[in-house]
Amino acid sequence: MLLSEANPAAGLFVLVPWIVFAPVIGLLINAFAGKRLGERGVGWVASLASGAAFLVSALQFYALTLHPEGAQVKIAEWIRIGQLSLDWTFRVDSLSVTMMLVVSGVGTLIHIYAIGYMHEDVRFKHDPARFPRFFVFLNLFIAAMMILVSADNYLMLFVGWEGVGLCSFLLIGFWYDLDTLGRSSWANSNAAKKAFITNRVGDFGFLIAGFLIFWYMGSFAFSEVFAAAPEVAKTHPWVITAITVFMLVGVAGKSAQIPLYVWLPDAMAGPTPVSALIHAATMVTAGVYLVTRSFPLFGLTHDGQYIVATVGAVTALFAATIAVGQYDIKKVLAYSTISQLGFMVAAVGMGAYVAGMFHLVTHAFFKALLFLSAGSVILGLERGHHHGHHAPSSPVLPPQGAGNSLSHGEIDRVKEEVFDPGDIRNMGGLRARMPVTFWVYLIGALALAGIFPLAGFWSKDEILLDAFLHYPHVYWLLTLAAFLTAFYMGRQVWMVFFGKARHEAAEHAQESPSVITIPLIILAALSAFGGFINLPFKGFHQFGYWLEHTLGAIEFPPFNFMVAGVSTVLALGAIALSWFLYQRKPLEHGQTDPLAKPLGLVFVGMEQKWFIDEAYQFLFVQPYRALASWLAQKVDWDFWHEWFHDSVLVKGFVTLARLLADPVDLGFIDRVSYWLSDAIRASAETLRKLQNGFVRSYALSVVLGVAAILGYLLLK
Amino acid sequence: MTITDFSVILPVTLLTAWASILLLAELFLPRAQRPFLALLAALGLALTLGISLAQSAQEFAPGFGGMVVRDGFSNFLNVLFLLTGLFGVALSYRYNQRAQIERGEYYPLLLFSVAGMMLMGQAADLIVVFLALELLSFPLYILSAFAYPRPQSEEAGLKYFLLGAFASGFVVYGIALTFGASGSTDLARIVASVAAGSANLPLLTAGAGLLLVGFGFKVAAVPFHMWTPDVYQGAPTSVTAFMAAGAKTAGFAALLRVFGAAFPALAADLSPLMAILAAVTMLFGNLIAVAQTDMKRMLAYSSIAQAGYLLMAFAPFEIEAARTMAVAGALFYLLAYTLASFGSWGVVIALEKDLDRHLSIGDFAGLARRSPWLAAAMTVFMLSLTGLPPTLGLVGKIYLFRAVIEGGMVWLAVIGALTSVVSAFYYLRIVVNMFMREGEPAVEREWWLEFAIGAAAVVTVVVSLWPFPLFEWAEWAVMKLF
Repeated sequence: MLLSEANPAAGLFVLVPWIVFAPVIGLLINAFAGKRLGERGVGWVASLASGAAFLVSALQFYALTLHPEGAQVKIAEWIRIGQLSLDWTFRVDSLSVTMMLVVSGVGTLIHIYAIGYMHEDVRFKHDPARFPRFFVFLNLFIAAMMILVSADNYLMLFVGWEGVGLCSFLLIGFWYDLDTLGRSSWANSNAAKKAFITNRVGDFGFLIAGFLIFWYMGSFAFSEVFAAAPEVAKTHPWVITAITVFMLVGVAGKSAQIPLYVWLPDAMAGPTPVSALIHAATMVTAGVYLVTRSFPLFGLTHDGQYIVATVGAVTALFAATIAVGQYDIKKVLAYSTISQLGFMVAAVGMGAYVAGMFHLVTHAFFKALLFLSAGSVILGLERGHHHGHHAPSSPVLPPQGAGNSLSHGEIDRVKEEVFDPGDIRNMGGLRARMPVTFWVYLIGALALAGIFPLAGFWSKDEILLDAFLHYPHVYWLLTLAAFLTAFYMGRQVWMVFFGKARHEAAEHAQESPSVITIPLIILAALSAFGGFINLPFKGFHQFGYWLEHTLGAIEFPPFNFMVAGVSTVLALGAIALSWFLYQRKPLEHGQTDPLAKPLGLVFVGMEQKWFIDEAYQFLFVQPYRALASWLAQKVDWDFWHEWFHDSVLVKGFVTLARLLADPVDLGFIDRVSYWLSDAIRASAETLRKLQNGFVRSYALSVVLGVAAILGYLLLK
Repeated sequence: MTITDFSVILPVTLLTAWASILLLAELFLPRAQRPFLALLAALGLALTLGISLAQSAQEFAPGFGGMVVRDGFSNFLNVLFLLTGLFGVALSYRYNQRAQIERGEYYPLLLFSVAGMMLMGQAADLIVVFLALELLSFPLYILSAFAYPRPQSEEAGLKYFLLGAFASGFVVYGIALTFGASGSTDLARIVASVAAGSANLPLLTAGAGLLLVGFGFKVAAVPFHMWTPDVYQGAPTSVTAFMAAGAKTAGFAALLRVFGAAFPALAADLSPLMAILAAVTMLFGNLIAVAQTDMKRMLAYSSIAQAGYLLMAFAPFEIEAARTMAVAGALFYLLAYTLASFGSWGVVIALEKDLDRHLSIGDFAGLARRSPWLAAAMTVFMLSLTGLPPTLGLVGKIYLFRAVIEGGMVWLAVIGALTSVVSAFYYLRIVVNMFMREGEPAVEREWWLEFAIGAAAVVTVVVSLWPFPLFEWAEWAVMKLF
């Protein structure tokens, strides 16, 4: 730990464990006192805990500006086995602090948003008692994510990695007994299991990478691994490639890349703040962070880099095509997230770490914004839906903090018609009804589409430029993906906010309260101006210079007007095309998508997600189930249970026991012990008679004892 | 006389003085205030306990020209004796009221006896040993007869006194022979004269044998045990409880001190004798206990049998490595025995409603339903006396058996184990009665009594799970004994 007496700012580094402690304290308070605190109390405790983590992160940032060398803060010994010596150490450098700021900053905004969102959500789902649990999980996620990004070794990173996976599972399945439409079903818990199991596949890859690292480099600590890597690369070049490829498997699981992305769209079953925080802004970028953190390893293997970059680029395009054909507002954003993660993975795969991290940061802003706005839209529709059903009595919501006021029976448990508030075919014309949500959504969409000068433009352009210079095939894939991105975002904005309402719920939609819109406005500002932290002009690469402390000297290619121009023209063209298709003649209720006819089978593929889920079902799930049921029925039940256990063990045991019981136990052992106890009793009765109560015989006994002792001692 | 001299005997002096003042205090207390005496007695014991604990940090020191000594051994025993005294007061307080024997002399006598026991632990000269023996015995004779219009009590006191005097005679004769053989009564000098070859060995051996008789009487070893059932049964139960724990521990203190110091020289002669004595005592005590139906007599034979286990500690004296462990084991076992013995006598007191009627084993039937905590505590004590987990009795027995086996006397350990099995019969019979038989026992609810029983049970279980600090203390206690 570096602590210089001269500068008190360096002392701030020792505060770094509080990025984990603060949310842990928050979750403990809510877990044990959540019921008593009430909704407001729970929400603010959780938000303050996350805010405290942000404050500590900001202090780390400040300290780091004065001491760019950073620090390692050890708080406990962890593992001491033979040569292996691991500590629980927090690493403060520009990379980890960047992640800390994003996680806790965006996280805090989402916590505040969630106070408003969950207040309504638990009432639409008829279970207000579940409110505190949500914030306990959310704080737990912040703690785990902070462990992940501040780890100083791969094993501690893995603890955080598994921790966020657990939180993801818990939060996807938050309404575990419902489906996404609020009907009683196990659909949500199936989605949670899908996410968890798919991630196990990825974690398996990560673990193998970890084992290889430990076997060949002899350590888990980043500094030691990276120091040993060049030597290993000389003697066993394939090892580094293997490590990076297995790491890629882990990345594909956590960051939803081909072939393990399938869990992320289903993960939208979680409440919208979860989609925004975990499944868009932070957790899914852990893979990008992992590759960036391991840059000395990836720098040693061209093959590994090539594979990573290609996987990222293919994912970016593939997911974008599916996004075009989706109708669920969150599903579109989910596939968009997969696509954008593909951009980041491609970037870090190419070695453009600054571009990748830059896109990670800006994406965290605008994708969180889009998800939260989508959540606001969904709530607006839910309000409209309830309004329509219960007019004129003012519908839905008791005043905030009024606790369990559901008992007044205003909300029916029975829904006569299944209404999907997330389906964009039910929307339309929301611009006028939800103006704030519209404007922030528009900013987010334009930022994602990469329109100058919003944040997405700068970060995406930097990735494209790097690909253009070094990996032409990646460049073409990503450019096409960028075109589709602008197209599907245009399609969504037109369908949701313009035209006229296609459902009565959309007609009666209501704007969200300020606890929801204020975080949106802040995120919109960040999405608009966030790109200025790293302008592609000489002297303006602030973010790049900042990361140089961690990543070493970086070359910044000059701004290329050709690349920027092409992507801007394509984006504008895509928006124009979407206007032509969806806005020139707005969709009517029940009308099919105008793309369906011209694209034919291709559109069916996009709509049905290229049948990947079905293929996985056929290739993996069904054979696995068949194997499992064969093992259960034939091997476990028929062989082990019926035959080995019942026939061999039990029957054999019973036979042996009978043999032992009758002739051996009853015939011999019992008889001997009865005889013994009778003998003891008889001798006791005999001896007892010596005790006759007369002092003279007692004295005689003493005298006899004396005689015996003296006799023994003297005559021996 | 120096400051050190006084410091060495400070706890004994304080307790004796306190007891004398207590005798006078009784004169000034109105009858209604009599219970106050118990509190005062407990206060004196607690005060002395505090001083003893404080002194445990000080260096070992001889006093009065080597007549008494303060070392780890005496320190351990002082604490044990004072705890015995406190237990005794706790058990007596309400019982004496019920038995209408709440006379003022009771607590002073108890305190004098404790002082005698403590002096026994500190004695380094045979004259002091004798003095201590008489100081601790005389109050016990009186206390045994304390319920005096009641004939059983008078008979108990008289028997105890007569046989005690008889045994004391052997002690005095043993001391005389020892003095004659070695020219000194100082333990260190006796050992030195043996080492120098100037002692008359046959005479010395005979003296040691006679001392053994006297101490054997105190600890109730067979064949000097016959007074025990009669006295234990006839004396007031509170006195019996105190006597069973305190007098036995004091007898072992004398044995350990005298023979521990003198033994290395006489080991070849005395070791087999002690082993035989232990074996006979274990066999005899346990066997007769099986035939008892009266609870107090059964516990009396049980205490005889326990003396046998403790005597095993003297068997492996020929082997030096085993010696330290054996004595430490004996101290450890004494503590376990004190707790279990007091606890079980306490339960007897709680059940003894009608003082003229003998409490039989059958009277325990149904106790688990009537008073589950009391039954649970009694179970703990019975398990501890048998030597079953999770109790201190098991740990202590393991400690002792290990010492015996390392001393090369496997046969003795086998007898110990076999007689333990026999003892399980009569100890667990109580448990069976309490838990599996129907009955309506009358239980006295007395706070102090329940507190003492509960504390003994909890310590017996908890310390057995983590006995290492106690091991260390016992081993520290015997560090400078040899």
